[in-house]
Amino acid sequence: MKERLEELKQEALNKVTAASDIKELQEVRVSYLGKKGPITEVLRGMGKLSAEERPVVGQLANDVREAIANELNQKQDQLEKVALEKKLSEESIDVTLPGRPIPTGGPHLLTKLIEEIEDLFIGMGFQVAEGPEVEQDYYNFEALNLPKGHPARDMQDSFYITEELLLRTHTSPVQARTMEKHEGRGPVKIICPGKVYRRDTDDATHSHQFTQIEGLYVDKNVRMSDLKGVLNAFAKKMFGQTREIRLRPSFFPFTEPSVEMDISCKMCHGEGCSVCKQTGWIEILGAGMVHPNVLKMAGFDPDQYTGFAFGMGPERIAMLKYGIDDIRHFYTNDVRFLKQFHHA
Amino acid sequence: MLVSLNWLKQYVNVDKVSPEELAEKVTKSGIEVESIESIADQISNVVVGHVLSCEQHPDADKLNVCQVDVGDEQLQIICGAKNVAAGQKVAVAKPGARLPGGLKIKKAKLRGEVSNGMICSLEELGIDPKFVPKEFEDGIYVFQEDVEIGANAIELLNLDDAILEFELTPNRSDCLSMLGVAYEVAAILGEDIRLPEVTVDGTDQQVEDYIKVKVEDATLNPYYGAFLIKNVKVGPSPLWIRNRLIAGGIRPINNVVDITNYVLLEYGQPLHAFDYDLFGSKEVVVRTANEGETIKTLDDEVRTLEPDHLVITNGKEAVAIAGVMGGADSEVHDGTTTVLLEAAYFHPQSVRKASKDHGLRSEASTRFEKGVDPKRVKEAGLRACQLLEQYANGEVLEGVAEFNDLDVQEHVISFDTDKINNVLGTSISTPEIATILEKLRFPYKQNDHSFEVTAPTRRGDITIVEDMVEEVARIYGYDNLPFTLPAGSSSAGGLTVKQKLKRKIHNYLQGAGLNEAITYSLTTEEYASLLVDPSIQERNPVPVKLAMPMSEAHSHLRLSLLPEMLSSIQYNVARRQENVALYELGSIYINENEVVTKQPEEKLRLSGAVTGLWVNNQWQKEVKAVDFYVVKGLVEGLFQVLRINNVSYEPAQIKDMHPGRTAIITVGNQKVGFTGQIHPSLQGQHDVTDTYVFDLDLDAIVSLANLEESYELIPRYPSVTQDLAFVVDESIASQHMMNAIKKAGQPFLKDVQVFDIYQGEHMEPGKKSIAFTLRFQDPEGTLKDKQIEEAREKIVTAVKETFRAELRG
Ligand SMILES: [Zn+2]
Repeated sequence: MKERLEELKQEALNKVTAASDIKELQEVRVSYLGKKGPITEVLRGMGKLSAEERPVVGQLANDVREAIANELNQKQDQLEKVALEKKLSEESIDVTLPGRPIPTGGPHLLTKLIEEIEDLFIGMGFQVAEGPEVEQDYYNFEALNLPKGHPARDMQDSFYITEELLLRTHTSPVQARTMEKHEGRGPVKIICPGKVYRRDTDDATHSHQFTQIEGLYVDKNVRMSDLKGVLNAFAKKMFGQTREIRLRPSFFPFTEPSVEMDISCKMCHGEGCSVCKQTGWIEILGAGMVHPNVLKMAGFDPDQYTGFAFGMGPERIAMLKYGIDDIRHFYTNDVRFLKQFHHA
Repeated sequence: MLVSLNWLKQYVNVDKVSPEELAEKVTKSGIEVESIESIADQISNVVVGHVLSCEQHPDADKLNVCQVDVGDEQLQIICGAKNVAAGQKVAVAKPGARLPGGLKIKKAKLRGEVSNGMICSLEELGIDPKFVPKEFEDGIYVFQEDVEIGANAIELLNLDDAILEFELTPNRSDCLSMLGVAYEVAAILGEDIRLPEVTVDGTDQQVEDYIKVKVEDATLNPYYGAFLIKNVKVGPSPLWIRNRLIAGGIRPINNVVDITNYVLLEYGQPLHAFDYDLFGSKEVVVRTANEGETIKTLDDEVRTLEPDHLVITNGKEAVAIAGVMGGADSEVHDGTTTVLLEAAYFHPQSVRKASKDHGLRSEASTRFEKGVDPKRVKEAGLRACQLLEQYANGEVLEGVAEFNDLDVQEHVISFDTDKINNVLGTSISTPEIATILEKLRFPYKQNDHSFEVTAPTRRGDITIVEDMVEEVARIYGYDNLPFTLPAGSSSAGGLTVKQKLKRKIHNYLQGAGLNEAITYSLTTEEYASLLVDPSIQERNPVPVKLAMPMSEAHSHLRLSLLPEMLSSIQYNVARRQENVALYELGSIYINENEVVTKQPEEKLRLSGAVTGLWVNNQWQKEVKAVDFYVVKGLVEGLFQVLRINNVSYEPAQIKDMHPGRTAIITVGNQKVGFTGQIHPSLQGQHDVTDTYVFDLDLDAIVSLANLEESYELIPRYPSVTQDLAFVVDESIASQHMMNAIKKAGQPFLKDVQVFDIYQGEHMEPGKKSIAFTLRFQDPEGTLKDKQIEEAREKIVTAVKETFRAELRG
């Protein structure tokens, strides 16, 4: 009987090894371990054995069963794995095909730059002030030390609607209005972004509509060196830590002293190249100490208060920063243009 | 202002710096030097030659063989110029010479004859053709004066000069004169200044016997001086005057005119020379023009004058428009012998008006418009007399006939060292400030740390302390200012709620796939009132028109952002960008009056437009054109982001919008905008396919936005969903049904969604089936079947009654 069991074991294990799929394996399982299988049959004949032999053979039969079952399970796992692999390999897709497109949008380059500039100055304690685009002559000119007949009004030919109303030529009227609201008490610390308009024929470098962002800080003891410090901090954050600034005297009716700020040329590091017209410097903005007449007209006492103001053109900055060749691109809304700056 | 360095050297020593260094210093001190023009390094070895003989070339009709004495040697030169002749003194480029344009002169043979150099024309020497005198236009240049043979012609013709172009800001008109430039450069370089010595020999004859001056309007003409110069010989002016005029950009004409122009450049004071014999009387009368009065000006144009134009007359008729242009009848000509010279101060605004009205902007009018130095008017006249005496054989009569009502204002400005340092943030010492005032040549008194400066009249821009702060700062140098940060009270920067919301809206729409656009606020008259929101249209707005538009395309302020946005869509589609999704946040300008009397109301609008494909997944066959529900979805998402509830959409007829695909958007009872499809015929006009838009009142939306940060408990008890389908007339709006369901389903109905719309087979014509998913929930506990059943019953009853609906099985 022992021999028979050993024989059966060997026979079963051979069949397990030979099984090539789960169905065959199942047949092996049923035929050897099933109730009508040969091992059961052997056990049924155990009654003929002696009392000593019976447990020995019983133990042996169990061992054989277990050995076969183990082998069957192992083989089952292996075959299942193969079957899964086969199934998964059949499910393969072309991962190189394009994905489902998600519509992506983005900001206009000017908005992006203006927000960037706003955030830089907000970080320095400024607030954002806004005002009307159709402005009174008084706020656009007179309150800024540009009385009627002033020759500097030539500098910015304007779109008048009536004698007293015009499209603002700069965002400075917001400064005048904000100061007025403060009723002679500082500090006033604002930046004013917005659209402005001038009587220009549109071409590559001129636009009858453009944007401006101006800043104003009025308080007791505001110094020109503060202006230099603030603009330096701005320029380094906006254009890079390695850029230098310089102030050059200039003229604006609403500031005295007035300056223009240049930053060192990125292309040539100050050596002189075609971008900076061989000067090593690129003009970025105008600035100055608020003219006492402007302070007075807005209700501030120039003996107590001083202030600085500055103004720049986001279009110009964008054109310099990205090498944009035509100012009209900002207003034609060609999506090929708009989409280029979504991630910039 | 074109500044000749060779000329400037007469007044200031500039030899210690190169032209480039000087330009840099001047720029950093306040006057931008736009350019430096110099041909000095392109030209060499050109000398004065004496043409000893000139014979025709044996083998060439048009060539001459010249023997030329160039001082140290005699050269044979072949010359093709028609005007070459023996006896002339000419400019000779010797072998080895270089000429502008890269030309190198070598020994050569021309048709068998040796040519050792070239006799030059002015153009070949690099002089702009517009400055070449007529007689030398087609030939070589011939020196008119007694120049030394072999002398350096480059120097004689001022070709070694460097011309700096000063870009003057309106306040620095003092530098519209070489003397003003000299003061500026002397201050910057810390050099001395040498002013011209003005002396006139004169005669015993008195001006008063020849001419009198009468001024009728002392405000417009506070000073008028008339000089008289007899026995003048009109001819070419000396070479150095011509050179300097050319350097300054003025074409030489004859000695009398050239001298007035020379003084204009030197002093910044325009002068005018009349032919005394043609003047027509012995009295200069300055008055405003009569209505309809005419004058024939130097350019032979007959001009009609306005009553606010100031004119110079001979007592009867106008002989000049004051400060703008002289008359043709009294012009100096070749035969003029007696010159009446005018040196006057005309009111800037009067000259500005007349020059503008006549379209005549000249070197003279520009200077009058900016205001000339009142203290130098007469001196400038005398300077011209001196030059006329020296270079036009003139005899200057004693005295000047004048009208003088000039109130020369000298501003006295007091400040102390602290004032300067407090404004600049510097620590400049008192002696340093004194040194700067010396350099500027501003007269001052000093008492300890206090200064009292008398601003010179040549610097009309210096009137207040702040001007002095600037003067000190620019000579001290802005580079020397420290970098500081404001020491004052610190303030928290930040955005207002509205500004933050605007940014949130930008972010949402960009995330939803829209590109921000910026269009023009100025548009055509037609566009200005196209696609206007009905609640604005109700107010009968009149588009604001510019008084003087540049073009019809930008003549009116818009009442809607959509028309220009539609143009932008058209622009893209025309360039094969067919799928476009744009939005803009911008102002419209509402004026309700026929005539604009006050600032229009500026309202911020948020508008968007989408055309082409919205879903574009080609290879998976999922391609879907934009439709109404795409754009409505965008709007709904926006309201969700801003937590605005209670939004409804009612079908509406809006001009230029699709009549069946447009809805007015209402929040509560407030109309906040509209959405829908552009009217197909308007689409057609713009060559675009179906385009859907939204247009919202941004101010309204911002005020409705719920900004409260709150937290709602996550429900602990399960919700139950039920589906209901009704058959109703196809005209019934689903939103109305949903509203009714929501109302009837209180308090456990949490949400209702449409999940199916069906029309067609098995459905009565004119009817539709509409199916809803209802979600019930009780935050307090698990809902019982009975509670749900009751709620469902109420809903079904309400819908049946309100919409004559039938429950579908
Ligand atoms: Zn550069």
